[in-house]
Amino acid sequence: MPRGYDACSRFSGSKKNRLGKYQRIGTQPQRNKHSMDSKQLYQEVILDHNKKPRNWGQLDSPSHKAEGLNPLCGDHIWVMLNVDDQRVEEIAFEGESCAICKASASMMTAKVKGKHIDEVEQLVDEFRGMTTGSMNASQSAHLGHLTVFEGVKDLPSRVKCAILPWHTLHAALQAETTASTEGDDDPVPGSGNAA
Amino acid sequence: MGATTALKNKPTGQALDVERVRSDFPILGLKVNGKQLAYLDSAASAQVPQQVIDRLTHYHSCEHANIHRGVHYLSEQATNAYEAARKKIQGFINAAHDREVIFTRGTTNAINTVAHGFGRAFVGEGDEIIISHMEHHSNIVPWQMLCEEKGARLKVIPVDDTGQLLVDEYRKLLGERTKLVAITHVSNVLGTVNPVKEMIAMAHAHGVPVLIDGAQGVPHMKVDVQDLDCDFYAFSGHKMCGPTGIGILYGKSSLLEKMQPYEGGGDMILSVTLEKTTYNTIPYKFEAGTPPIAAAIGLGTAVDYLESIGVAAIQAHEHSLVEYGTEALSGIEGVQLYGTAPDKAGVLSFNIAGVHAHDVGTILNDEGVAVRTGHHCAQPLMQRYGVPATARASFYLYNTLEEVDQLAAGIRRVQQIFG
Repeated sequence: MPRGYDACSRFSGSKKNRLGKYQRIGTQPQRNKHSMDSKQLYQEVILDHNKKPRNWGQLDSPSHKAEGLNPLCGDHIWVMLNVDDQRVEEIAFEGESCAICKASASMMTAKVKGKHIDEVEQLVDEFRGMTTGSMNASQSAHLGHLTVFEGVKDLPSRVKCAILPWHTLHAALQAETTASTEGDDDPVPGSGNAA
Repeated sequence: MGATTALKNKPTGQALDVERVRSDFPILGLKVNGKQLAYLDSAASAQVPQQVIDRLTHYHSCEHANIHRGVHYLSEQATNAYEAARKKIQGFINAAHDREVIFTRGTTNAINTVAHGFGRAFVGEGDEIIISHMEHHSNIVPWQMLCEEKGARLKVIPVDDTGQLLVDEYRKLLGERTKLVAITHVSNVLGTVNPVKEMIAMAHAHGVPVLIDGAQGVPHMKVDVQDLDCDFYAFSGHKMCGPTGIGILYGKSSLLEKMQPYEGGGDMILSVTLEKTTYNTIPYKFEAGTPPIAAAIGLGTAVDYLESIGVAAIQAHEHSLVEYGTEALSGIEGVQLYGTAPDKAGVLSFNIAGVHAHDVGTILNDEGVAVRTGHHCAQPLMQRYGVPATARASFYLYNTLEEVDQLAAGIRRVQQIFG
């Protein structure tokens, strides 16, 4: 048997570093220009919305309501709305979730309150496009402060956390009762199942 | 019981030279996000030593062909290597016969083979199957499916606050209608080592066979299936330094011979006409189609590797890591540990007050620390403890005390950010 065969050493010499942003010891760590760490993701505004979520709670008799589930980290939220004359008059959310999901939901509810549902659906598309990396910031012109979530596109396992409230809002408006992050634009297929 | 309670049953074994061990694992040299990787997720999947990587390369370079078929040289080489791996695993778990060692795709596949093959034949309406509250989904869902199909009932052994099974409650569940007990050897979330030998004897007193989910057992402790007297024992290759896609179902030949095959196809037959098929003998009856030959051979080499280090030494090493980690994490205010059973394997499940486990995992990743976060495929257990998720650090032969320090520093960093 060939001993001392070092498969990994073959990678380090190649033009394209197949290990991506993970570097071998002894080489200078080079950050992918798109990579980010939690210092950038966990910005003050996100931490603040996590600690003091806006529109947290329930509506008495919402006209639209949906439940959202993220099996990967156990995020589980409800989004409730009162839509009157095609406009979001009231919106609330509650549930159990990580900071990224909670802050996204909190900022989302603040953003869409008072808006026409066509505008809301436009925002859903822009937010999904921005966080999955299929749209750049200039194409997401209406998101405003929500661009703090742009960085999650480099953290595939966390994209779902940020998108879940938006999927759930969309489901509520479409009168579906449940949204899941295990959808078509799932960046990490099947990631809820690894032991 | 406090988390700092000294663990009993300290295993004895010759000291393990962790630096020498680490040099066998090329992946441990990685830097992640500019930090030295601290791989604390072996309970999900263990890393693979160079010896196993080399064996796979050699197989693909010099030995590959389909097994049990050709009369040519390579087919013979591949068949010999595949069957030699089976014998190594037989020795490793002390099975009485090599035909009692069935290659599967993993633990899940092994359990489903029993749920299908044993369940179809021996479980009927009104019958009962006993599992525990700390099972992995792979040892819950197959039995739920079987119960639904057959009109049978699932009975669940409760867990106490420290993470130990209530054996007296288990005793009460065993009865006339019990057809099978399926319990985990070691909890993948809490690390609890269950008293399976005693529990198997209790089931046998009622004539009930027992399946042990050994996914977290075999990699970390000496398992002797004849001494345990278990009827089935399931485990995975990739949690014991072997490749993915390979696992083992050990079963007593007397039971395996009575069971229906899970899948039909090539290699599991003696003869086929369009009217009737005669099944092959065990283990081949349960190995339909071309198996993951390379992975099976690689698992054999993983067994050689673990034996060369010594399972007792590995267990003692993990014990010192979990003891050190328990003390380090208990000393950080706001950290809650789950699973404080006195007999416990190398797993630390925890939460940080006010921070979701998934956020903990992301920030620890920035510090180079790889932990598992989420429900660990054990949602009923999460519900038992009233938490949506935990972070879990798990240890193996190549982990160091410095990596535990790196984890503790990472936890402080999380607290700083969420402060």
